[in-house]
Amino acid sequence: MDFLTYFVNGLSLGSIYAIIALGYTMVYGIAKMLNFAHGDVLMIGSYITFVFMSQMGINPIISVLLAAICCTFIGVIIERIAYKPLRGANSLAVLITAIGVSYFLQNIALLIFGANTKSFKSIVTIPPLKLFGGQLIISSESIVTITLCIVIMLALTTFINKTKMGQAMLAVSEDRSASTLMGINVNGTIAMTFAIGSFLAAFAGVLLCSAYPTLTPTTGAMPGIKAFVAAVIGGIGSIPGAFIGGLILGVLENLSKAYISAQLSDAIVFSVLIIMLLVKPSGILGKSNIEKV
Amino acid sequence: MDYFKLKRQKKARYNLSIYLMIVIAYAIVMFLSYQGKISSLLNGLLVPFCTYSILAVSLNLVVGISGELSLGHAGFMCVGAFTSAVFTRYMKFLGVEGLYLFIIAILIGAVTAGFAGLLIGIPVLRLKGDYLAIVTLAFGEIIKNIANAIYLGFDENGAHFSLKNTMALGLSDKGFVVIKGAQGITGTPHYSSFTAGVILLIIVVTIILNLVNSRTGRNIKALRDNLIAAESVGISATKYKLIAFTIASSMAGVAGVLYAHNLTTLTALPKNFGYNMSITILVFVVLGGMGRIRGSIIAAVVLTLLPEMLRGLSDFRMLIYSIVLIVVMIFTSAPAMKQYMEVLKNKFPIIKNLKAVTLKKFSKEGE
Repeated sequence: MDFLTYFVNGLSLGSIYAIIALGYTMVYGIAKMLNFAHGDVLMIGSYITFVFMSQMGINPIISVLLAAICCTFIGVIIERIAYKPLRGANSLAVLITAIGVSYFLQNIALLIFGANTKSFKSIVTIPPLKLFGGQLIISSESIVTITLCIVIMLALTTFINKTKMGQAMLAVSEDRSASTLMGINVNGTIAMTFAIGSFLAAFAGVLLCSAYPTLTPTTGAMPGIKAFVAAVIGGIGSIPGAFIGGLILGVLENLSKAYISAQLSDAIVFSVLIIMLLVKPSGILGKSNIEKV
Repeated sequence: MDYFKLKRQKKARYNLSIYLMIVIAYAIVMFLSYQGKISSLLNGLLVPFCTYSILAVSLNLVVGISGELSLGHAGFMCVGAFTSAVFTRYMKFLGVEGLYLFIIAILIGAVTAGFAGLLIGIPVLRLKGDYLAIVTLAFGEIIKNIANAIYLGFDENGAHFSLKNTMALGLSDKGFVVIKGAQGITGTPHYSSFTAGVILLIIVVTIILNLVNSRTGRNIKALRDNLIAAESVGISATKYKLIAFTIASSMAGVAGVLYAHNLTTLTALPKNFGYNMSITILVFVVLGGMGRIRGSIIAAVVLTLLPEMLRGLSDFRMLIYSIVLIVVMIFTSAPAMKQYMEVLKNKFPIIKNLKAVTLKKFSKEGE
């Protein structure tokens, strides 16, 4: 039963990674850049929820939605100020800028909220699920996280495949200059991608902090990096890939924490990334691209 | 005068200016300390100046000259620091002390970090751009995590190694624990000095300048400027990128040795060997100018000194760094900004001479 508990906890953690990874994978697929600040948008989202919920006493669900809206704006503003001028610049410059943005968000949070750990009150209030006569307890956070993750993934897939904006995103990710010729507003599409990614990041942040109730300015950094790892494992640019990658990573992390070593779990997760990149650099569901002249 | 001769002379002047800068700075500091005019604050910063300069210069070899973003540079520093500290600490335990051990320690640090760089580089350099950044970051974290988890001890039966705790080492009564997991290594001998740091810095700079101006260096730069074109004329991308990466890692290891022997306790914290450290080094490189050796040294020294001088602003230090990082990247790399600068240059010819201000740019167009 221990194994099942770890496994379910892993699935829950993996679902959070998957939601973050969706943001990464969409931005990477469409804007062709690694948005290092994504994890920190998540952290900002958690802080905003914390302020609304614990300090202003607003209903948890409304706080989360408000935080998600704030994050959407933050994401779009970041894209507008920091990334848009660099469109067409080499990827090293964009990456360094993204690191700068990530640090900026962390330090802004540090200045506003201080370095002290905030204890985040879980937003989930339903009772935990007990299976096999109480031997396997699935926390309510896990249930909500896994459900929400599946819902988000389905909604996003529908959005991409059924709406005009979604199709525009696919087109831009395929060939940016050709889609400009087809009359697609490339800048608007990229901004929309950032908006969706940041919106989802706020949810991921709240779920993460509900499961692991400590909130510091660096809360988002590690999950952010791991979510990117998940996106890479699943195949960057692919939405189901991000889901699968996230789940694999979450389960792997929890199992290695339980059975191998708590301190080395990160090392194990990253080793998987390296092995994956060596064996199949395009990821599980990704398409391989050959660079042409 | 023909073009190449002119270019050579310019290069020689640039190289000379780096050495002169280091030597003059060294002479001034030595003179002041002889007169007793150096505050204890500055005195404590002298070795870090050298450590960070070496780190910045070596990362510049990867980021500026080889054009690959490595976010795990502190990890190699960690390797160098820990392996060399284990050596000197064990020697101290055996009762052997002396400056010649420091030289051996430097060699150990350089070789192990270089070897780590080689091991990591072989798989990683097959990847490009963003992937490389994330994998080097991952490696940096792995190295830090391992350094935090290791327990290592020695007794008459040899070395004992564990990932659990001190008891699991199973040492005999005469045994002695070198690495105590997260508590790190305590009691490393204090071998580092400003003189040693400056000598190491000069050696590192010499190696890099010679490399950059050699055939190998030109190959590395060709791969940076246009990978496909360079490969099509028969330059092996993996080989030359690996050379640059391994040399840079090995130098980071040397910086680690210098770092480790300047402190009595060596622990692997995010602050000194983690992601933050790697970013700080990257900031030195970016602000000093990518590909500019002199700039890296100046940036490392100034940015190490500034936060200490402006204690009151220490909370804002990283915030200011991050803003500067974004602004510098936008000003130097944004296509619109480049055009604007061209217009300005034509209007005001004086700007053309301000080359030091406009950071050395490199782009895929191969302009």
